[in-house]
Amino acid sequence: MPEYKLIACLECDLLHRQVPLAPGGEARCTRCGARLYRRASPDSNQRALALALAACILFIIANIYPIVGLEVQGTHTSSTLFGAVKSLWEEGARAVATLVFVTTFFVPAAELIGLIWVLVTLRRGARGWGTVPMLHFIESVKPWGMVEVFVLGVLVSLVKLAHVASVEPGVALFSFGALMAMVAAAAAAFDADAAWAQLETIR
Amino acid sequence: MNAAPTAAGHGLLACAVCRLVSRAPQSGDAHCPRCGAALHARKPASLARTWAFLIAAMILYVPANVLPIMDTSSLFGTQRDTILSGVVFLWTSGSFILAALVFFASVVVPLAKMIVLAILAGSVQMRSVKHRRIRTRLYRMIEFVGRWSMLDIYVVTILVALVQVSTFASIHAGPGAAAFGGVVVLTMFAAASFDPRLIWDTQGEES
Ligand SMILES: [Zn+2]
Ligand SMILES: [Zn+2]
Repeated sequence: MPEYKLIACLECDLLHRQVPLAPGGEARCTRCGARLYRRASPDSNQRALALALAACILFIIANIYPIVGLEVQGTHTSSTLFGAVKSLWEEGARAVATLVFVTTFFVPAAELIGLIWVLVTLRRGARGWGTVPMLHFIESVKPWGMVEVFVLGVLVSLVKLAHVASVEPGVALFSFGALMAMVAAAAAAFDADAAWAQLETIR
Repeated sequence: MNAAPTAAGHGLLACAVCRLVSRAPQSGDAHCPRCGAALHARKPASLARTWAFLIAAMILYVPANVLPIMDTSSLFGTQRDTILSGVVFLWTSGSFILAALVFFASVVVPLAKMIVLAILAGSVQMRSVKHRRIRTRLYRMIEFVGRWSMLDIYVVTILVALVQVSTFASIHAGPGAAAFGGVVVLTMFAAASFDPRLIWDTQGEES
């Protein structure tokens, strides 16, 4: 029984022998039901790259334009994500500002750039500089990217403000919404198993 | 002997990053031969770390709910909002779905997360063999929903940014917001420190 054909469940440690799956199929642990591995379609990493590049553009738009605008007694105010973090920081809520910056800007940006980096390197058929640390990095920061929660948070604040002023959702809100979908699609398409297998053959 | 073949039972180590299974070295620190990640049969000091983060989160949970997360000052005076009063405000102003959503994300999720983690860590310590599958599923669930409790932090962020500069009122983040953010971060660390494989390590003792 060669070792590379074995896979251990990360949630209960049960050993399984890897069997070939139909494209799009996934294998679950027979004891606890956790996901073990899946078989992505052959072009899935190409799709992941396209989605990640699209997400990059959305990310830039989402950070340039205001998220929401507010109109009270003829005065109009609006804020970008950066502006929001800045006003939190300036009024002394530095811990909260840092948390918001890390979860909505830094981690999503790093994840996207890292993913594109890895996919482009693998596409060129090279092992590339920093590919392995980049994959480690993506894996470790993943739980801290919270764009989808942020989008919901903006919607809730819109409803709250609608009671006292007229609010208008900004371009960035829609971009963040699309970004959320795009990031999820790119992450779902990214076939890490294929990436690791490919990295192993080109050392 | 127990019947279920586990990696640890066979002297094998699974890489948490690239999933490669390799033989554990005779001595010294193990590293994944494929990606170089440090290998551990179980997460190091899993229970001690889980409890440490969890207890810190529980302590911080008190100021997170008692202190205001937001101060609103307008011509009509100053209003201090805690997490719960924010939910009540949404409910009384007729946004029932939103009120339920915020209540779930800000009250139910963090509480459930702390209770479940305490049950998981406690049951592992008591070497319980009951409901292993359910406990594993609970772990998976709290890892998945935990992030949603950041919701109120983002609401405060947007409100502060928009209303601070306007003339009719000003909104400031209260100390409760930092405490609440701390609770979210600490429970995420607690969940990440817990090793669900410990739930199954009692396999051999089951009757
Ligand atoms: Zn399992
Ligand atoms: Zn590895």
